[in-house]
Amino acid sequence: MLKYTIRRLLLMIPTLFFVALITFALAKAAPGSPFDKNPDKPPKQEIVDRWNKFYGLDKPVPEQFVMYMSNVLHLDFGTSIRRQRPVSEILGQGFPVTAQLGAQALILALAVALPLGVISALKQNTMVDYGSLFFATVGTTIPSFVMAIFFIYIFALGLHLFPITGWGTPQHMVMPTVILALGAAAFLARITRASMLEAIRQDYVRTARSKGLREQVVIVGHVLKNAMIPVATVVGPAAAGLITGSFIIETFFSVPGIGREYVLSITALDYPVIMATTLLYAFFIVVANLSVDLVYGMLDPRIKVAK
Amino acid sequence: MATASATQERAAELNVLSRKQRSLWGDALYRLFRNKAAVAGLIVIAMAFLVAIFAPFLAPFSPIEIPKNPASQMEPLWTGSKFTDPRYLLGTDFLGRDIVSRLIFASRISMVVGFVPTAIVFGLGVTVGVTAGFFGGWLDQLLMRFTDIVYAFPDFLFLLIIVASFRASPFGKLLDGLMLIFVAIAIVGWVGVARLTRGQVLALKEREFVEAARSVGATPRRIMAKHLLPNALAPLIVTAAFVVPNAMLGEATLSFLGVGIIPPTPSWGQMINEGFPLFSANPWAVLLPAICISVVMLSFTFVGDGLRDALDPRMKT
Repeated sequence: MLKYTIRRLLLMIPTLFFVALITFALAKAAPGSPFDKNPDKPPKQEIVDRWNKFYGLDKPVPEQFVMYMSNVLHLDFGTSIRRQRPVSEILGQGFPVTAQLGAQALILALAVALPLGVISALKQNTMVDYGSLFFATVGTTIPSFVMAIFFIYIFALGLHLFPITGWGTPQHMVMPTVILALGAAAFLARITRASMLEAIRQDYVRTARSKGLREQVVIVGHVLKNAMIPVATVVGPAAAGLITGSFIIETFFSVPGIGREYVLSITALDYPVIMATTLLYAFFIVVANLSVDLVYGMLDPRIKVAK
Repeated sequence: MATASATQERAAELNVLSRKQRSLWGDALYRLFRNKAAVAGLIVIAMAFLVAIFAPFLAPFSPIEIPKNPASQMEPLWTGSKFTDPRYLLGTDFLGRDIVSRLIFASRISMVVGFVPTAIVFGLGVTVGVTAGFFGGWLDQLLMRFTDIVYAFPDFLFLLIIVASFRASPFGKLLDGLMLIFVAIAIVGWVGVARLTRGQVLALKEREFVEAARSVGATPRRIMAKHLLPNALAPLIVTAAFVVPNAMLGEATLSFLGVGIIPPTPSWGQMINEGFPLFSANPWAVLLPAICISVVMLSFTFVGDGLRDALDPRMKT
């Protein structure tokens, strides 16, 4: 188990390296420079030269990449071109906001999805079940920004319950959190229902019933316990999805997190920020995927991780 | 005597073999058409297709041309406000262009973006997946390592970076930016299909019918085309039903963020982007394209779910 964990941790390095390489190559292939955003008033050549020197852009591209990567190893992510501030400072400010939004959404999603999935499996093919299946289908299908439009129309413009944009007070947080949670909740509810239905049909459940155990004990002690294994394994990817999904929601609601920063820097070709944020996102996904495999092995002894 | 013939009739009814025979695919089709949600989805998709094809005949106005002296932004007729005009059923956008016409023409973008990249994704993904799964070796290793990297990239982030990087290049301006969106969606999407196909092929190639084919001297090409691919087809078709709306979602989100289809060509996501600053003043300019996206995406999901249940009843959850 330890050997497997170490091997997987080491495999993260080349993966993250290639993510950095691809992002860097794409940012370099982009025509135009981050300094000539206003085509009517191009900056003086000497100023551009000075900027290029400051950001190390006067060196050959491969050398720039090597320089960037060695800086990253010292946790130096460079300076944002758009905001003239260290990238680590920008991410340090944005990250707590994004993390809070993501954590709230994940808790909300789990609080809705687990009971919904369990109840709809126990009452299979009833109205409750169809209702929650419909919720799951709509929640996974409708894009988050489209959902946000409907929410704003109903709850902000119609009922005046919440402000449309901004961040800080609890009222501001309701709509972004709910909409971000919706997709994850729908996805988790679907998985919970399916894995409950699978567990209910197992032989050990029949054995438990034939021993004369009360239905409540059978459901909680035997069905639920086993049905939660597949659910636990998808919480990791769902969390990673929430973090990356947040950049559309953050842009939409003007939430000052790293997601919005990312979208703004992409249109401004501010690649120190693009690089650092992409690496951060990729890191989260790789860790989420790894934790799934490890947790799976711990929860379910029938599965052997090491090969 | 009467009872005897009645018994015979009953026996004939019970005789399964006398039931009209259907092929595997016919059977799946029959199950699909019994699924009401899937049929409704198919009807909506067919209608969206017809609207997209006949857009120039259906649209009452030009979706692009700005009227000479546009009055203020019009609201849909049913709102009954004073800012309505009987010529504009659903109102006008911030430049005074007819929303009906723009919605109709925007359906073309969604339909094309749904199907063209999907075709590329499957052409490339299935070829590489079958070859890698069947022969193994370096191609297989390369594919698996490459998928590891792509899987660490959040799909949409990857899409966004590619599109943002090449948007200002001549290639990025081809077909109002459609060409770049096609290629970007294909680059991001083919790996998943390749991996799925590879998994299918790996599972199938150990089966006895493949061994039998090999023992009678079938060439690898024949085994791949005649034995492996048809058996791997069902999950691929189901995947396709979800790749199509995903591609549409990609375009809509890019256009919503302002890096997708280049204006003035309308797409639903871009109409939302343009109408959003004035959302509180004229919500319908935003709500209508949002409703179009929702209805089309839900239809594809219903068809996809229906296909999954029809093609492999064991997968039904």
